[in-house]
Amino acid sequence: MIGERGAKAGGLVLLVAAAVAFPLAFPDPAVTNYGVFAMIFVTAASAWNVFSGYSGYISLGHAVFFGSGAYAMGIAARDWNITGAAVFELLPLCAAVGAAIAVPFGLIALRVRRHTFIVITIAIFFIFQLMAFNFSFTGGSAGLSSPFLTWQESVYDTRFYYIALACAAGAVALSWLVRRSSFGLRLRAIRDDEDRASGLGVRAMRVKLSAFAASAGLTATIGAVWFYYVNQVQPQTGFDPLFDLTVVLMTFLGGYGTIAGPVLGALLVEPGTLWLNTQPQLAGASEIVLGVVFLVVVLFVPRGIIPTGGEWIRRLR
Amino acid sequence: MVREIYQAVADGILVGGVYALMAVGLTLIFGVLDIINIAQGVLVVLGGYLSYSLSTRAHIDLFAGLLITIPAMFALGVVVHWAFIRRLRGAERTSMTLLVTYAVALIVEGVLYKIYGANNVQLSAPYTTASLHVAGFYLPWIYVYGFLLAVALVAAVYLLLYRSRFGRSVRATMANETAARLVGIDTGRVGALTFGIGVAVTAAGGMVFGATNAFNANSGYDLISRLLAIVILGGLGSIAGALAASVFMITLESVVTIWYPTWAIAVFYAALVGVLVIRPRGFFGRKEVRAQ
Repeated sequence: MIGERGAKAGGLVLLVAAAVAFPLAFPDPAVTNYGVFAMIFVTAASAWNVFSGYSGYISLGHAVFFGSGAYAMGIAARDWNITGAAVFELLPLCAAVGAAIAVPFGLIALRVRRHTFIVITIAIFFIFQLMAFNFSFTGGSAGLSSPFLTWQESVYDTRFYYIALACAAGAVALSWLVRRSSFGLRLRAIRDDEDRASGLGVRAMRVKLSAFAASAGLTATIGAVWFYYVNQVQPQTGFDPLFDLTVVLMTFLGGYGTIAGPVLGALLVEPGTLWLNTQPQLAGASEIVLGVVFLVVVLFVPRGIIPTGGEWIRRLR
Repeated sequence: MVREIYQAVADGILVGGVYALMAVGLTLIFGVLDIINIAQGVLVVLGGYLSYSLSTRAHIDLFAGLLITIPAMFALGVVVHWAFIRRLRGAERTSMTLLVTYAVALIVEGVLYKIYGANNVQLSAPYTTASLHVAGFYLPWIYVYGFLLAVALVAAVYLLLYRSRFGRSVRATMANETAARLVGIDTGRVGALTFGIGVAVTAAGGMVFGATNAFNANSGYDLISRLLAIVILGGLGSIAGALAASVFMITLESVVTIWYPTWAIAVFYAALVGVLVIRPRGFFGRKEVRAQ
């Protein structure tokens, strides 16, 4: 099967080349702006998939990490007076904050099984949103603004595009590493039957918690990048209930538990949503469209484009 | 101060009754169909808007309007079940039904936003502003009537479940769906009717909610997270648990509001998290099914 492997490697090289060349081919900042958001969501969806897609525990609380990353970045930059491009040195700190929040979060939420887990993630999400509203160090309902970044307008979007692309590449690499490792195998054993996996010696809590923390760290990192890109964060944008929905939709559309699925899903959904929001005659209708797409996906391609498409191709042969 | 606490407890119990009504629908749907209906919150809002339109356009009394909105919401529930939920089978059913109900919620919310806009509305009637004075306490009439309505409807659901042939099929399906099907129960029909009933109670819940709170199309998020917290705390699938947890949680929130109004809702969720650390199944929960 050298052919298939070669084709996969060639496809990957082409894809990376296309991603790197994208802002050069379309220098219009409005187009690059779509690219930045697409890469942010490629990262977020892949990060979500590393935990929820592989373990089968649907988290609707990943906005906690996205928002915490954004706020960690904002608070650290403000309190330590960090300005300019040096702020990006704070990204590992933001990842650590996300992972650190994930540990107690996971210790509480991962004690229960799937249904209840979903609800607890929602509850903890609301606690975080409320904290962002009520504490003074988070700036209350006004939120935080990012310190001025002295980048020229002409390179602003392009630079952010490459930063987000690097994060996306990291997320996909993590997703690939986890999937082919014995750690990933344990995660998927938990997804298929947790009791049986535990019976076979998988330390379920430890495995789930590690995946949860890794996923959280990545989500927090991209949250911090997002904060710098849009220049501000408020409680309802950093801790946005639609964030989790969007990420879940992307992953299910592309293919739940696959590596390419969340990437493809994000590349389809995010530019689509951005475009819908720019259409004045569709004002307020983007939710309806999102909902309808959601229903169509679940009813007609329930396993996502990548697995279903793969099956069709195999059948053609 | 003691007076304020009594007042808060009284409010909490009255409002808790209304939440119980909405939560019973949610927990019933879960018990029978193994579905967490994320749309429940926005359906409550839809119920509120239906009553709003009936009272402002057709000048129908809020309580009389329920004779129209309850059957309408029941029909909507049956249609949603027939069109989407029924088709989902297989290993990922739990997550799939969650996504479907979330999608329904988004669509309903989007449509409500299109029709009614972003401004808050509140239902009004003579009894929404007047209060009952008992022993120096002020109890708004709408709270009292809403509580009585909630009690009546919860009792009706209870009687339906425990004193009717249909109720026996529902309980059999809750206990073991395969066995129920084997003894000749049409579990598909039971599922559809249960989903219908679970949604129908949101018409009444929505009316009382709309008469006691200003709301808009977005209010569903806040509601569904509270309702989910209540049914998880009570134990998924347990009606008695939903009742107890509603009154407990809403009273707790109402009492905390006296001192810390901005933190009350956080205490609400923290209570949920705290209880689950000690009792992962909630107050009255059944043992959760083993394999998914």
